[in-house]
Amino acid sequence: MIAGISIYEILTVTSILFFIGVYGFITRKNLISILMSIELILNASVVNFVVINKYLYPEMLQGVFFSIFIIAVAAAETALAVSIIINLYRQIASVEVKDTEIMKY
Amino acid sequence: MERYIFYILALIIIVFAIASVTSKKMLRSVIYLLFTLCGIAGIYFLIDYNFLAAIQLTVYAGGIIVLIIFSVVLIHHIEMELEVAKKSKQILVGLACLVGLAVFLTTIYSHPFNVVENSVTTTTEDIGFGLLSYETGGFILPFEVISILLLASMIGAIVIAKGGKTNFGNKAKDNSNLKN
Repeated sequence: MIAGISIYEILTVTSILFFIGVYGFITRKNLISILMSIELILNASVVNFVVINKYLYPEMLQGVFFSIFIIAVAAAETALAVSIIINLYRQIASVEVKDTEIMKY
Repeated sequence: MERYIFYILALIIIVFAIASVTSKKMLRSVIYLLFTLCGIAGIYFLIDYNFLAAIQLTVYAGGIIVLIIFSVVLIHHIEMELEVAKKSKQILVGLACLVGLAVFLTTIYSHPFNVVENSVTTTTEDIGFGLLSYETGGFILPFEVISILLLASMIGAIVIAKGGKTNFGNKAKDNSNLKN
């Protein structure tokens, strides 16, 4: 654990990060920007897992395992989302949310 | 000393996250996201999870950011300005986020955490044995499931990005011709 830093301060930082992600998710109009906001939200939750593991249950490793799985799922999700966006761009020549009316194959 | 490093890292993370969701230039906002992810890796280094910090740097900063930059340069002109939401909507969403943040923080600060003072260092060996153990509390099944998930998403990404013969392609061309 970090000397002189309580768990409350780290949880404050991750909550702020989470809500910055939510703000970006709602206000952005572009599919790639929305994907980046999702990355911010996922990262905030991963830091929460790790910090709670370290501060409250230092002998266990469950938080670390779950954060590894979250990172793997995030990587898979990003790869799929990027491929969907590229395919969509080839079909409708735009990645704006308002132009995305058809996503049926 | 570690205290000040934490405050600097927290400042970097929050400032660059805000810059990332408000910047109007696409590529700059991706680079700001990269700084945020590096700051989070710094926090992992501070709380002695070196393996997680390495994963964060390789998978996020090395992999996901490169994927996003790749898709950005494939789709946009680099200097293209993004369309932003209306001012009133931005303020409304910002207020809603502040209210949510206030609820979160009151909940967190009113909860008594039983913090255990410790300086345990986790080695990569412990993580490896824990991931591959099939006794109680072992994580061998999720580990295998995640490997299959990665394989499936890889194949899916190839199939989707390759695209098939569809009628939409012609329609899109017609639409772009009409726009021009």
